[in-house]
Amino acid sequence: MSTSLALPGRAGRPGTAPVGRRVAARLWDLLPPAAVFVGGVLVWELSLLVTGVQQFILPRPTVIVAALIEEWPVLQRGVVYTGFEALAGLAVGVSLGVAAAFATARWATAREALMPVAVGASSIPIIAFAPITSAWFSSESPASRVAIVTLMVFFPVMVNTVRGLTTVDPAALELMRSYAASDAVLLRKVRIPNALPYFFTALRIAATLAVIGAVIGEYFGGPRFALGIFITSEAYVFRYANAWAAILLACLLGIGFYLAVLLLERIVMPWHGTQRGADA
Amino acid sequence: MSAAGSALEAPRPPASGQPVVEIERLGKVFGEGSGSVVALEGIDLVIRAGEFVSLIGPSGCGKSTLLRIIGNLIGSTSGSVRVNGKTAERARLDRDYGMVFQAPVLMDWRTVARNVELPLEVMGYPREERASRSARLLSLVELAEFRDRYPWQLSGGMQQRVAIARALAFDPKLLLMDEPFGALDEMTRERMNLELMKIWAQTGTTIIFVTHSIPEAVFLSSRVVVMSPRPGRIARIVDVDLPLPRTVETRESSRYFELVTEVREALRRHDGDEVPGAPDEVEMARIRAEGVS
Repeated sequence: MSTSLALPGRAGRPGTAPVGRRVAARLWDLLPPAAVFVGGVLVWELSLLVTGVQQFILPRPTVIVAALIEEWPVLQRGVVYTGFEALAGLAVGVSLGVAAAFATARWATAREALMPVAVGASSIPIIAFAPITSAWFSSESPASRVAIVTLMVFFPVMVNTVRGLTTVDPAALELMRSYAASDAVLLRKVRIPNALPYFFTALRIAATLAVIGAVIGEYFGGPRFALGIFITSEAYVFRYANAWAAILLACLLGIGFYLAVLLLERIVMPWHGTQRGADA
Repeated sequence: MSAAGSALEAPRPPASGQPVVEIERLGKVFGEGSGSVVALEGIDLVIRAGEFVSLIGPSGCGKSTLLRIIGNLIGSTSGSVRVNGKTAERARLDRDYGMVFQAPVLMDWRTVARNVELPLEVMGYPREERASRSARLLSLVELAEFRDRYPWQLSGGMQQRVAIARALAFDPKLLLMDEPFGALDEMTRERMNLELMKIWAQTGTTIIFVTHSIPEAVFLSSRVVVMSPRPGRIARIVDVDLPLPRTVETRESSRYFELVTEVREALRRHDGDEVPGAPDEVEMARIRAEGVS
C-alpha cells in the first residue's frame, strides 16, 4: 500500500453524519444480502416441499432447525469444543507465523532457511496429514486438531506479514534515514504499521481456515460431541438433519471468527476501514 | 498587496551568513566498469546560511543526485561535501536536514498532526513539546483545522504542506527539497511557491530546492544553479536580485522576465545534445547500481 492509493476528496469526513442516519444507512446496506438469504431459504424450503425430495438428499431448513433445537445439548458442547480447538490453533499458528515473518523480514539467512519450509508445510494436504497428527497425540486430546489448524494458519499469516514488513515505500525509508532513525524505530514507526493491513487480510483467511481445519481434523478422532465427529457419525446412521444442524453451526462459528477479526481490525486500524470504505 | 505578501513585511537581510554547505570537486559515478555512468563531475558550490538555492537542469543532469549526496542519502565517489563544517553523514546523524520529496510520503496511519510529530517522536521530544510544535507548524502552513484528519482526506497540495511542516518540525538547519511541487497543478504550485516564500521569510532556514521549472526557480531563489547533463556539471550560477518580499507582483516585473530568460538561455546553451525521449541513462545506471531499494 502506498500513500498515493487514497484519492483525496473521496467520501466526506467520517463521523460527521448524525448517528441515527448512519445506523439507518448501515441497515439499508444490509438489506440486499438479508433479502438474498431469506429468499434462498424460502426457495429451499418450498421447492423441497413441492418436489418431495428425500430427506437424506437434502433436508428442509425447518427440519434442520428442529434438529438443531432437539440436539442442542450435545451440539452446544461441540461448538464450544471445536471452537476452542480452532481458536487455540489460530493463536499458535498466528504467533508462529508472525514470529517467522519478523525473522524472515529481518535476516536474509532466516528468509532462505524458513521460506522453503513454510512453502513445503503449506503444500501438505490436510486430509493426508490429519490421521498422522491424531496418531501423534491421543485422539481424545484436542492437540492433534490444534496442530492441524496451526499448520493451516501459519503460511498465509507468515507470507502476508513478510510482505507487509518489507514492501515499504522506499521514500519512507529515506525519510526515516534522514531522521537518523534506528532500525528498531523504523520497525516500530513504519514497518509494523505498514504490515497491519496485510496481517489482517491474512487473519481473515486464517479465521475461516481455522474452523475448517478443526472440523476436518475431528473426522479422524475426537470426543463424540465434537462437531466433526458428530457430523460423520450422524450421517453414518442416516440422521442427516442432525448432521446438517452441526454443519450449520460450524458455518456460524466460522462467520463468528471472521466478524471478530473485522471488529479487531476496526479497533486496531481506525484509519484503514474509513479509508477503504466499509469492505466488510 | 496579497494576503500572502503581507506576511513578508520585514525584508530579510541578504544572505551573507556562514557557509552551510561547502562542496569541492565533487564527483559521482554510478555502477562499475563499462556499465558505469558519470552522474556528477567537478561540482564546486558554497551555500551560505539563509540562502535559497535552486538546482535546475534537464533530466539526467544529476540535480537530484547532488541533493541526495548533500543529504547523505547516497554517497559520493570523489571530492568532498561539508555541511555545517561536518561530513554529510555526521550532519545527517546530527539531524541537520529536513527533507521534502516529490511525493508527500505521509504515513497513512497517522493523523496530520501526528505525521508532523513523526520526526519529533523519532528524536525523543517530550509529548507537550511535540504537540506545541505541530500546532505551530500546522498554523504556519495554514492547516491547523485539519490536524485530526488522515492524509487521504487532504488534497495533494495540502498533503505537501503537511510534508513541509513535518520537515520543519525539528528546526533543521538545512531544508532539502526534491521537486516538492512537481506533482501539483500550475495554480496550486504558484500558491505553494508564495507559501514557501512566507515560510522561508519566517524561519530563515537555508533551502536547497531541486526543480525543473524555470519560473519557479527564479521566483523562489536567491541563486539559481543551472546544471548541464552528461556528465552533470554546474553550467552557470544566476544571482536573482529580485527584491524581497516576493509576491504575485514579482511574477509580472520586467526583471523577473529577464532573469527567466537568462536561466532559459543558460539551460539551452548547455543542452544542445539533449535527445528528446531518450532514456535517462543516469537514472538507469542508478537503478542498476542500487538495485530496487
